[in-house]
Amino acid sequence: MVYLLLFFFTLAPPTSLCVFDTPNDAGKSITISWQKLEEEVSCYEVWRRGEGETDFQLCGILPATECQFVDDKVIDGKVYYYKVVAVKGEERAESEISNPVKSSPQWFATNRINVLVGVIFFSALLLYFIYHARKGKKLFIRRISGLDAVEEAVGRATEMGKPILYIPGLGSIADIATIASLNILGEVAKKTAQYETTLLVPNRDPIVYTVAYEVCKEAYTNVGRPDAFKGENIFFITDAQFAYAAAVDGIMVREKPATNFFMGMFWAESLILAETGATTGAIQIAGTDAVHQLPFFITACDYTLIGEELYAASAYLSKEPLLVGSLKGQDYGKLVILFLLLVGSCFLLLSALPQFRFFQVIIRFFSVS
Amino acid sequence: MARTLPLALCFIMGVLMACQFFIPHPLSQSFLDLIIKWVRIISAFALALGVRSVTLRHYERIKRRKGEWGFSVVTIVSLLATALIGLIWGVGAKSYLRLIFSNIMVPLGATMFSILAFYMASAAYRAFRARTKEATLLLIASFIVMLGMVPIGTAISPRLSDLAEWLLSVPNMAAKRGIMFGVALGVIATSLKIILGIERGWLGGRR
Repeated sequence: MVYLLLFFFTLAPPTSLCVFDTPNDAGKSITISWQKLEEEVSCYEVWRRGEGETDFQLCGILPATECQFVDDKVIDGKVYYYKVVAVKGEERAESEISNPVKSSPQWFATNRINVLVGVIFFSALLLYFIYHARKGKKLFIRRISGLDAVEEAVGRATEMGKPILYIPGLGSIADIATIASLNILGEVAKKTAQYETTLLVPNRDPIVYTVAYEVCKEAYTNVGRPDAFKGENIFFITDAQFAYAAAVDGIMVREKPATNFFMGMFWAESLILAETGATTGAIQIAGTDAVHQLPFFITACDYTLIGEELYAASAYLSKEPLLVGSLKGQDYGKLVILFLLLVGSCFLLLSALPQFRFFQVIIRFFSVS
Repeated sequence: MARTLPLALCFIMGVLMACQFFIPHPLSQSFLDLIIKWVRIISAFALALGVRSVTLRHYERIKRRKGEWGFSVVTIVSLLATALIGLIWGVGAKSYLRLIFSNIMVPLGATMFSILAFYMASAAYRAFRARTKEATLLLIASFIVMLGMVPIGTAISPRLSDLAEWLLSVPNMAAKRGIMFGVALGVIATSLKIILGIERGWLGGRR
């Protein structure tokens, strides 16, 4: 009878203890998981013993709702044993001692294999179209009104005898949007060099400033007008966001540029810049991949390059076959994504049915961690 | 050589950084840390060039008495004074430099930021003028969203906030994701073109 009572009222130990080297990490980490107890407990304690040590050391206390612990205070290559203790008031119930386990760093993140497959596939697609473009195959690209307006905008500034203001965004050189902006700046600088129009490029980032300077200088040299290049017109202002916005607003109001370009990465200052430009009566062409700033530019500017159009601009303006080929690759990439979205949605719906559960494996493959 | 070396460096670093993303090993992490340190060092040198640019630009304006050159005097004096104060009294939590930052830079930045509210009102007026079918749709959608997000909207109809939430999380989110897909592909394509040396705009020319 006493044994029967003990059987019913003694706290059961945690079961299904699973201890393994944490996958896809830089080492020094072991993951411990166990089956959560059905009865209510206060907490779980995780104990660890290294090989050659006599006693277990407490390495973590978890609330009753948790059933997994990552021990990141271990030495790579050293063998460890673990046990989990369920605690309920004064009662304690220990699990069995785990199998020996040791941590090690990994050389490949298997959870990113889907990204690798995607990048390889998309790169192959791009290279295929670039190869075709190299062979001289004519490729069609749709018209982008914002980029068609560049020539008109430069011409207008020349006729009015006013400068062109080019803002290469507020991002650093690490932002691809900034690099795309500098590519467009090169094309715009070539046009201003040909028309002898003043080009003002205020910068927020010192590295972007130095690159923008070189891009403009090279562009002027490439069209045979190095004499027309004025280094003082490509300048650094400040790296403070709103101080930069205030300074650019000042330039707009004082110099009254005929055309304003806003290309690159922008944050809250986007509307401050674009609205001030609109009040001065300038033609404004903007382009950004910052989704939250796009509505502001669409509202306040005459033309806006939305997202990917910013990256397409350099190819569109230069009309170089190799760059145009890559645009075609991008378009086909989008087509593939669209197809995957449709198929994935169907799989997700079907996976709710028991006989189509295996679709979940395919869906999991596409989830990025 | 002046062009080949940057292109070769760009290719090597581009490939290494792309591989780094897939390698969690500590060697890969320490390589990334090293690159980040290098970027900081280069930024420090570039900042010196930036300060030179500011100083020269404003010095020229003062020398030629060009436009509102008085502002240039204020800029140069502020630049020198701030640098000297930082060098003499340090940059600690209770330093004069921090005092300048907290009492001049922060309020000025906040002032510029607050101006955004007025610009938003004027931009909204322009955007919501129902001249076309699209603008009318935008006006109606924004009216529902704005009303659904404030207590008075829920007081008018409890369904209004649900409708606003639906507009944000379904049609708005779908458009956002569409743009983001395009951006992601654009980023990969641009990166690949730069790594392979097809896109050379950042070097100032193509060939």
